[in-house]
Amino acid sequence: MTQLALPITQLASVIRSKNAGPLCFTVDLFFRDAAAYERAAKSEALQRHAVAHCYGLLPSQVRRFELPDIWAIKLAMPRAVCAGNPGDGDLYGAQQHAPLLSLMV
Amino acid sequence: MIADLQASAVSQLLASHRPGTERLRVLSAAGQLGFGIVQASFALGIQRRPHFIGCDMGSIDPGPYYLGSGQMAAPKAMVIRDLELVLLAARQLNVPLIIGSAGTAGAKPHLEATLDLLRDIANKHGLSFRVATVASDVPRHLLVSAAQEGRLQALDHSGAALTLPVPDEAQLLSASQVVAQCGTDTFIRALKQMPDVLIAGRSCDTAIFAALPQMLGYDAGLALHMAKIIECTSLCCEPGGRDAILAELGPRDFILESMNPKAHATPSSVAAHALYEQADPWLVEEPEGTLDLQMARYVALDEHRTQVSGAQFVARPYPTLKVEGATYEGARAVLLAGVADPTMISVMPRALDEVCERVRSLVPCVWSMVPHLYGQGAVRSLPSHQKSQHEIGLVIEFLAPDASMAKTVAAVFKQNLLHFGFPGRLTTGGNLAFAFTPSEIDANDCYRFVLYHLLLGVKPEEIFRIDMQTWNFEMVMA
Repeated sequence: MTQLALPITQLASVIRSKNAGPLCFTVDLFFRDAAAYERAAKSEALQRHAVAHCYGLLPSQVRRFELPDIWAIKLAMPRAVCAGNPGDGDLYGAQQHAPLLSLMV
Repeated sequence: MIADLQASAVSQLLASHRPGTERLRVLSAAGQLGFGIVQASFALGIQRRPHFIGCDMGSIDPGPYYLGSGQMAAPKAMVIRDLELVLLAARQLNVPLIIGSAGTAGAKPHLEATLDLLRDIANKHGLSFRVATVASDVPRHLLVSAAQEGRLQALDHSGAALTLPVPDEAQLLSASQVVAQCGTDTFIRALKQMPDVLIAGRSCDTAIFAALPQMLGYDAGLALHMAKIIECTSLCCEPGGRDAILAELGPRDFILESMNPKAHATPSSVAAHALYEQADPWLVEEPEGTLDLQMARYVALDEHRTQVSGAQFVARPYPTLKVEGATYEGARAVLLAGVADPTMISVMPRALDEVCERVRSLVPCVWSMVPHLYGQGAVRSLPSHQKSQHEIGLVIEFLAPDASMAKTVAAVFKQNLLHFGFPGRLTTGGNLAFAFTPSEIDANDCYRFVLYHLLLGVKPEEIFRIDMQTWNFEMVMA
């Protein structure tokens, strides 16, 4: 049975990004309920290769964790520039979640 | 009060507390001391008579400027306010006060500045007590030999982190500041000096809260997990916040309770917090080993409190240390402007290149510039259809050997970009909109991180120097 894809913003209660050290940023997605989490975890749009494509990275540069107990998916990726070095545009990595906001899952 | 110097706060706690009789009450007062401890919730925490008070004062997050320059990120007046609040409370209760990552980045100037402020407060209130300090600066010769022997390594091998090259000898020697994060073992070594107050340079956040429990015989996994959560105060609650949090540690679990009655520690809010600022949600690397959270269990005691158990600690045979280093890059000036002309917006990349070339011939010193085109992908790269065609914000940073040169370059660049001519130009009155003058601004010194690596094969005792001071301001006043 094919499900109609839904905007991720309808399913998630939190989509946040933040540095994990100055070389890496991490995105945490928390879903509203078990069904939303299940849908997102299974979705093609949130697999490593699709996430890598969103950020212009290789799939091997994306770490992905599923946390079914708390209905969360965690991603970790390399920063484009070391935090705070000349040319960096997001010191805390707090706005790097944006490419995921338009995903349909 | 002088008599109290016979038995310090740490020695009294170690002599009087036995795990299994009553829970150890740990109050985390600040996740970033110096940005304003919430007084009401802190006062509620003090009413619970904590066995010790801990504060985190720093982080690598504010960027390389603070480490490199030796400046604090927090405003001095707020640092004094917060230090006074926690010091007076700790001395009144006669319980240990432990502060980690002094002065933001925890290098020598940060530690010294923090100690100076604390001494002034002690003097003002006529307090007498013992202070232990841990210096976290790494001797350069240790780094040079480690780099030569391959003992200075990348932290992350998963591919999910940018590669920062291992600096060469010249880069290591010319770095402005290099610190290592000391861990729980170093805090224990300092606490064995039996101080009343411990102020450490760059530290693992966990060490602030895990060292005393481990000295008292509590399980290392539990103590570290508790420490990992409470170092951010009430951020693990729903709603998250900056209020003090109390952890009550027992032999098999700990209970989390925000001192803000409206911030609730729930099983899901606490479990979710384990993800925060961590690349791996289950494994936390410490100098002495790995904290494994996969078996952690979170149970609601009531609407406000959650009980946590199950974390395990696996020690490693040789400690590994995280080192951080920043290097001076130059003085920075920034130019701020807006652009509303669609044709100018579309030629902006070419305009910047050509103006750069022109300014290079006008201002011959060594300088560099980095443009940030807001609306065109300054925060993250944007697909072309999402780039703004109608209005963009232009922030250009200029780096030069000194502040006056940086500002000179910025001013000359501004004028040349303002009147840059291009085919099809309609906007001959000027290409840029300025919100204020001067629109080129001195933006302090610029530093860059050159070290964020793992240092192997060095004993913590070779790096972290522990000192004890006794302050006796009552006698001075008498």
